[in-house]
Amino acid sequence: MIHQYKNNGYNIVLDVYSGAVHVTDDLCYDVIARLNGQNEEYTAQTLREPDVFEGLKKAFQGVYGEGDLRDALSDIIELTEQGQLFAKDEYECLIDEVKKRKTVIKALCLHIAHDCNLACKYCFAEEGEYHGRRALMSFEVGKKALDFLIEHSGSRRNLEVDFFGGEPLMNWQVVKDLVAYGREQEKLYDKHFRFTVTTNGVLLNDEIQEFVNREMDNVVLSLDGRKEVNDNMRPFRNGKGSYDLIVPKFQKLAESRNQERYYVRGTFTRNNLDFSEDVLHFADLGFQQMSIEPVVGPETDPYAIRKEDLPVIMEEYDKLARVMIEREKEGKGFHFFHFMIDLEGGPCVAKRLSGCGSGTEYLAVTPWGDLYPCHQFVGQEEFLMGNVDEGIKKPQIADDFRGCSVYSKEKCKSCFAKFYCSGGCMANAYNFHGTIHDTYEIGCEMQRKRVECAIMMKAALS
Amino acid sequence: MDVKHVKTLNTQTLNNTVRKGGCGECQTSCQSACKTSCTVGNQTCEQKK
Repeated sequence: MIHQYKNNGYNIVLDVYSGAVHVTDDLCYDVIARLNGQNEEYTAQTLREPDVFEGLKKAFQGVYGEGDLRDALSDIIELTEQGQLFAKDEYECLIDEVKKRKTVIKALCLHIAHDCNLACKYCFAEEGEYHGRRALMSFEVGKKALDFLIEHSGSRRNLEVDFFGGEPLMNWQVVKDLVAYGREQEKLYDKHFRFTVTTNGVLLNDEIQEFVNREMDNVVLSLDGRKEVNDNMRPFRNGKGSYDLIVPKFQKLAESRNQERYYVRGTFTRNNLDFSEDVLHFADLGFQQMSIEPVVGPETDPYAIRKEDLPVIMEEYDKLARVMIEREKEGKGFHFFHFMIDLEGGPCVAKRLSGCGSGTEYLAVTPWGDLYPCHQFVGQEEFLMGNVDEGIKKPQIADDFRGCSVYSKEKCKSCFAKFYCSGGCMANAYNFHGTIHDTYEIGCEMQRKRVECAIMMKAALS
Repeated sequence: MDVKHVKTLNTQTLNNTVRKGGCGECQTSCQSACKTSCTVGNQTCEQKK
């Protein structure tokens, strides 16, 4: 499978099954398009057949000369021979292995507080309550969760634990106690906990900052961008905006971590489709690691992204990519999570086939110890898998998640981006289609665009 | 490789990782940053860190 596109003056050819990314001149771009349109199954051998060259000569008569076409075809044959063009799908046959594989649990999202001191309008956790009651996780429940993780982690050494909410700083003492407990246990079991915390920053202070910097591998700082954008969607319960209180604290924290191992993370909605301005606002505030995600919600939500918003969003991603290239060249570069792509050292095929890990390698734990496939399923009783006292009571839920891959979803089969998103978010699929074996199309469109922009940026900065 | 019309940005191909990969030490996908979507392609292989 070959995907070709032009962006910002670059002709990009992505060979999906090898992952090879080629930047070509117009001649080669057009020849590849012609050949791929004729026969996606070409091999180096069949490309050498005389008919192929004769066909190109006819098709491009008066456009490209014979010598040029011969050169281009020669390049294409060479790349095909190297397995970097017209590569075949060697992975579908592995999918049964992936489905049957024995998985271990390697990450937990601890819902340390089902309560929040903000009232963000788009919150999938409904102001932290997740369709349920306000609650704080006790140390006892958290301890059992860490024990459960160690017990079910097999030989996996690195274990991830995210303190999530609601707002986890509202239950800070338990966070500290659990980190201390985890540090004791990792020595006993030869494990290494990578703790992270996701916070809105309201309660952030020097003491918490010092602890976070000492103990947390990553910290996610929730902020939406420009003051008016942030304060519209992220108010306090009394309606007052949160920007002025939070921004200086986040700036201080980011600096104290040497601008590493954190993300300022925002959500954009149809109220700020010009979200590239919010990303750039983060950069102008001095942040170097950032993420701004499209809100996900039913079309009935006034702020939800609609299909008709996509052209504007696509243009925003293009614009952002162009500005980021400029800034990088000026020595003022920054990282935007969704434009980060590792073409050389990226994830292996097994990872790309197995997807996000929810329900199998990653579980969410509620304040009272219930287990769900991920934080987004919390409160949806049909996804209640078990609890920290009794373990997994419904292994069939894990089996269903394990069986979900780019090959189990019809829409993924023909998508060029399938090995970059690995089938997308299962919670989004479920929320829009009532099954995890589907995709959320608006999200897919944006994902494809982000992959295209990320690759184009690699071309521009190579 | 002596090609005139193409610049290839990566030397690794995905199929090279079929045999070597799968150690499972990498992070889960949306754990560390996004929490509302799945992005796998931007992760770094734990073996190559």
